[in-house]
Amino acid sequence: MQLIACPWCGPREELEFSYGGQAHVAYPADPAGLTDEQWARYVFFRDNPKGPFAERWAHSAGCRRWFTAVRDTRTHQFVSVGPLAGSEATP
Amino acid sequence: MTTAHATPPGAALPEHPDALWRDAEPQRSYDVVIVGGGGHGLATAHYLAKLGITDVAVVEKGWLAGGNMARNTTLIRSNYLWDESAGIYEHALRLWEGLEEDLGYPILFSQRGVLNLAHTEQDVRDSVRRVEANKLNGIDAEWLDPDEVAKVCPIVNVSADIRYPVQGATFQPRAGIAKHDYVAWGFARRASDAGIDIIQDCEVTGFVTDGDRVTGVRTTRGDIGCGTVALCAAGHTSVLLDMLGVPAPLQSHPLQALVSELLEPVHPTIVMSNAVHVYVSQAHKGELVMGAGVDSYNGYAQRGAFHIIERQMAAAVELFPVFARAHLLRSWAGVVDVTPDASPIVGRTPYDNVFLNCGWGTGGFKATPGIGWAFADTVAHGRPHPLIAPFGLDRFVTGALVDEHGAAAVAH
Repeated sequence: MQLIACPWCGPREELEFSYGGQAHVAYPADPAGLTDEQWARYVFFRDNPKGPFAERWAHSAGCRRWFTAVRDTRTHQFVSVGPLAGSEATP
Repeated sequence: MTTAHATPPGAALPEHPDALWRDAEPQRSYDVVIVGGGGHGLATAHYLAKLGITDVAVVEKGWLAGGNMARNTTLIRSNYLWDESAGIYEHALRLWEGLEEDLGYPILFSQRGVLNLAHTEQDVRDSVRRVEANKLNGIDAEWLDPDEVAKVCPIVNVSADIRYPVQGATFQPRAGIAKHDYVAWGFARRASDAGIDIIQDCEVTGFVTDGDRVTGVRTTRGDIGCGTVALCAAGHTSVLLDMLGVPAPLQSHPLQALVSELLEPVHPTIVMSNAVHVYVSQAHKGELVMGAGVDSYNGYAQRGAFHIIERQMAAAVELFPVFARAHLLRSWAGVVDVTPDASPIVGRTPYDNVFLNCGWGTGGFKATPGIGWAFADTVAHGRPHPLIAPFGLDRFVTGALVDEHGAAAVAH
């Protein structure tokens, strides 16, 4: 099983963690001004790269805190982990 | 008594059999270029040929049917809840029922039925509702109580003292399994005989565009001109769409499956359980074929995490105590493209001559002949066939989702 380095708890087994998908998806600044097309992009569309991907993870069975990781989707290996960056809300 | 052998047993190899299709070289251009030589791409080629369109290439980055077509668990059923899904999957099932004859090739299609187990009160209500919806759509469906479940599949543990007792099941007798490799080979052989080029080891690296048309496909074996492009790339669709600058709500996940060692026939049907989360059938050779949901994270590595398998084996052994001593032979994973509503995305793209077929997620194999037929018709006539019209990319803007995620017998 892969070990994931929680920024607060250190390396723990993968099954302690929950996946939160793409990181840095900001809530629309002007929700009332969005078109249907723009809402669709915000609600349903996420990047799906074959390569490094900035993602949200939660250490659900540990400290229960969210963090951001860059992981390579070609190998599933974590490139880096860090605390939540940016000012947006957790996923 | 010993017998003298001129050569040791097994050393005399048989003649290499004839290839079933031509391993074609790319030509300068084609009327239609199908990207992806898996089940859907090959089926699309076959049905295009039946429509008289044979200036067609199927380009495949690896070898023929070596992706998800080689990795799926071969379950075929049409017991989906919504009318849109029932339409395409039941059309596929009807084609499966005549496919061996159509292809002139054995596919070992065995209609042994599928049980979708219910373990909770809500499961029971949803299942009975789905049975009624299936009947209204002309799909064979029955609701069975636990005793009837045990009659159909005696090895299912229907006792009340397990963690999630079986409360009953839906049953679709016409569901079944087929030999996935034979299906791909049968389609490839027919398409190739009709004059369609199947080009392996030919990875698409880009597209040549002219305004809102794609005029050529860039590949590792040179540029290929095209009249129409048909994308059938499953888990790698996002990679292609990124080249075209077309966003789509797809997430590629590992989906694992596994087989046991070869066993005597013990399992007469297919059993699926979404609540306990495993599905099992027994292949013709005797392996128990098992799978469950996707690994949670995005991944293109064609492998998944061990704890996912561990959980599904725990579920399998609880439902089938007789499996407890079976040995796992091997496990593997494919890359499946999952959509927000667990329904496929098929139809137009912002490019006039590029058609999209993706998003089948964990259940694309069962649709193979149905989508091949409908997608070929779509490409031939330059508009979505009515059976796939509800599955356009625009549904995420209009809100007309086909939400099979929680609704139907979809294992996720």
